[in-house]
Amino acid sequence: MESTEDLVSISVTVNGRRYADQVEPRWLLAYWLRDRLGLTGTHVGCDTSQCGVCTVILNGQAVKSCTILAVQADNGTVLTVEGLAQDGTLHPVQAAFSEAHGLQCGFCTPGAEMLAVALLEENPHPTEAEIREALDGLLCRCTGYQHIVQAVALAAERKGRGA
Amino acid sequence: MNALIGQPVRRREDARLVVGRGQFTDDVQLPGMVYAVMVRSPHAHARIRGIDASRALGMPGVLAVFTGRDLEGVLGSVPTAWIPPNSDLKQTPHRPLAVDTVRYVGDAVAMVVAEDRYVARDAAEAVVVDYEPLPAVADVMAAVAEGAPLVHADAPGNIALHWKAGEVPDEVFARAEVVVRQRFRQQRLIPNPMEPRAAVAQYDSATGHLTVWMTSQNPHIHRFILAGILGIPEHHLRVVAQDVGGGFGSKISCYPDEALVAHAARVLRRPVKWVEDRSEHFTATTHGRDHVQEVELAGRRDGTIEALRVKAWANLGAYLSTAAPGVPTILFGLIVNGCYRIPQASTEVFGVYTHTTPVDAYRGAGRPEATYLIERMIDLFADAIGMDPVEVRRKNFVPRDQFPYTNPFGITYDSGDYERALQRALERIDYAALRREQAALRAQGRYLGIGFSTYVEMCGLGPSEVAGAVGFQGGLWEHATVRVHPSGKVQVFTGASPHGQGEETTFAQIVAEKLGVPFEDIEVVHGDTDRITMGWGTYGSRSLAVGGSALAVACQRLVEKGQRIAAHRLEAAVEDVVFEAGRYQVRGVPDRSLGFQEVALQAHLAWNLPPGVEPGMEASSAYNPSNFTFPFGTHVAVVEVDPATGAVELKRYVAVDDCGTPINPLIIAGQVHGGIVQGVGQALWEGAVYGEDGQLLTTSFLDYAMPKARFFPPIETEATVTPSPHNPLGVKGVGETGTIAATPAVVNAVIDALKPWNVRHLDMPLTPERVWRAIHGKGAQG
Ligand code: FES
Ligand code: FES
Repeated sequence: MESTEDLVSISVTVNGRRYADQVEPRWLLAYWLRDRLGLTGTHVGCDTSQCGVCTVILNGQAVKSCTILAVQADNGTVLTVEGLAQDGTLHPVQAAFSEAHGLQCGFCTPGAEMLAVALLEENPHPTEAEIREALDGLLCRCTGYQHIVQAVALAAERKGRGA
Repeated sequence: MNALIGQPVRRREDARLVVGRGQFTDDVQLPGMVYAVMVRSPHAHARIRGIDASRALGMPGVLAVFTGRDLEGVLGSVPTAWIPPNSDLKQTPHRPLAVDTVRYVGDAVAMVVAEDRYVARDAAEAVVVDYEPLPAVADVMAAVAEGAPLVHADAPGNIALHWKAGEVPDEVFARAEVVVRQRFRQQRLIPNPMEPRAAVAQYDSATGHLTVWMTSQNPHIHRFILAGILGIPEHHLRVVAQDVGGGFGSKISCYPDEALVAHAARVLRRPVKWVEDRSEHFTATTHGRDHVQEVELAGRRDGTIEALRVKAWANLGAYLSTAAPGVPTILFGLIVNGCYRIPQASTEVFGVYTHTTPVDAYRGAGRPEATYLIERMIDLFADAIGMDPVEVRRKNFVPRDQFPYTNPFGITYDSGDYERALQRALERIDYAALRREQAALRAQGRYLGIGFSTYVEMCGLGPSEVAGAVGFQGGLWEHATVRVHPSGKVQVFTGASPHGQGEETTFAQIVAEKLGVPFEDIEVVHGDTDRITMGWGTYGSRSLAVGGSALAVACQRLVEKGQRIAAHRLEAAVEDVVFEAGRYQVRGVPDRSLGFQEVALQAHLAWNLPPGVEPGMEASSAYNPSNFTFPFGTHVAVVEVDPATGAVELKRYVAVDDCGTPINPLIIAGQVHGGIVQGVGQALWEGAVYGEDGQLLTTSFLDYAMPKARFFPPIETEATVTPSPHNPLGVKGVGETGTIAATPAVVNAVIDALKPWNVRHLDMPLTPERVWRAIHGKGAQG
């Protein structure tokens, strides 16, 4: 382990809970979430910021947590896939992914869901083309995307009706 | 009640996966765990003059550095598991870490283990390897040319195998009315499941047991091979693959890495984790395809095909991976006639060593390479005789009334109705209208193309006797245990090892229907060699056809046992008791009945069982299929080519697939979509590129174009149902159909669009540059 003088103190609110930690400046947010907080729902699928499976929402914006240092999240608010469901009730996006069969192996799913949450926040009634465009930051090797697109559309429809 | 087979039941694996609570290998965190990083060769071919690990070893937190020399006599070689007979296979040793020579970019030379992943990576960079670069060869045809650098001294001419099936005499071609010849390149692909490979190993020094969590499509095969490499008894090794983030063939193979990690855990007495990063995946995980094929077709002007002759050179990479020798031979060469009644056919294959990443199964494995060539040849033949490609297909289909049909290579297709699937697709796209639209648009300078692929594939691997006869060093049966607990709750233990296919759901559907037990009362357990008796895993679209059938047979055994117990309790003759919707009932006396779960309790209590019936309610089956299964269908792609840029737009995609009796249409649709998108990926974008020096130039998603959502219109799917006659469920499998069918459909469509420029053929991927060059006469091969 590195000596403690290299460590930086950070304080981050993750899924509504505040975490104070000492981190190395080079630690990536993705690994901090996974290794230090045990939030292994955020996956890592590449090392060139291209697959989007590590997507989380940082201060209201979808970001690739493999491309952000943990120290950059200091004083910030992070929402990960583990924070979507409330009191045991699935978030509409999660429910829609399951209902529309928007996942197979499930490895890209947390990233796909976070992208969908961010999209619907910004554009509550996306067209199919807009959904496909918004998914540009995501690679999924299993589903062929079609059911992911349908899941996002379904979530939008539900939210629209609920609102 | 309980009619669950055929219903779009929502997947139960989703409950954990949508909330981020899956258990993928990298999610395994153990106290005291340390991290391994591999040091890999940057050269395609080099002699290792020396390795200096002293600086790495001096870094704080570094526990060990292993080199090939350290492991000599400690770890065995990584074997291939497929030795096709009469192929003169040259098996060359594949050591877990290279000893004197590296043979591809990515070949591992050392493993560093450290307290934390960042330190391990820094230390790996500090390992100094003194290489003497040697001449290398990456291209399959260059490797068989005179004077090419040799990959292995004991494989002259770089020929790893030479295999033949069938024979078509030259006279057939000399006498034929029409002969069509074409050379095809099946480019090399990189599987890229979104989860990279990973392994975590833990050694229990008290018992000598090793547990390896790993990204596996077949944990029992991995246990079998790893035990051999590690030199430990198979029953001291436990392989666990809980959630696996896609495989597509790349997680079938047994690699050095998992053995190395297990060895490190054993030596260091600490749990060790290794996770491949994506760039590493590009070089260190097996690739797929990579053939050059020369194909000749002889036919008549009326559209009848008389003979097909195929000669192929398959790039196998630097070492023989697990199934590598079988993919371009058995899984390719025996079905090149596709769904057509071709009286004479032959295949000759050279498997070739090159200084590249080993090549093995990639979704479809051999069958896409076969389907592509025959479906392209059909279009070329149609063009040569001026006939509609649909008519040529129709004319040569194996007719519905000729099943089971034995093809020229002795493979017997179980059942089929190719005409019906084609007809359905033609109606769906309104073929005549589409051709009119194409003509009208052409007049306006817009170029639409329509491409067909009427495929058949051989899957549901397979009869174990056949596996043996074709040199596969394993069985291809599948094991299932159905355990009914005293409370009536059911656990199913399957040797299939799903990694996205949804068998926790479909298998529970089968059991619910067969036993009449509520779906919620059934749990499907997979991916753990300590919990599951035996298994051969998930690949070759076999899980449902073979694993599902094992399950159906085991359920039937339980139903029969229950029937004897129920008859005894109901004081009726066994023959008079019928089992329907989960209840045993005395025929004609509806109020004398017992539910299956009540009978199971009685079986466990054993207070009053009929003579000769043992207590308990558990049955197993080791189901060995009597044949492969042969899904088929028609796919149609409609594309538009922009002549100004060469860009290809996929406008419409219609897939009519027949995978036998459907179990879960939702899951089938998902498999079809995913497969098609991968197949289109090969047609239009994907391709691994090596430089002449053997450097892999595509080592990230930046240079290797993966399909994305916005490249696709909604895929339109339909089904016909022709049950397989030889398994109890009538299923055929659907995991690979899309990938097999889509590639030629799209290429045929693009070539159709390019008709006005008389473009006969273009090799994949059909990138804008390649298409633009073809249109503008700047050399067809970009
Ligand atoms: S892991 Fe972050 S983009 Fe791929
Ligand atoms: S579901 Fe497997 S990668 Fe998307």
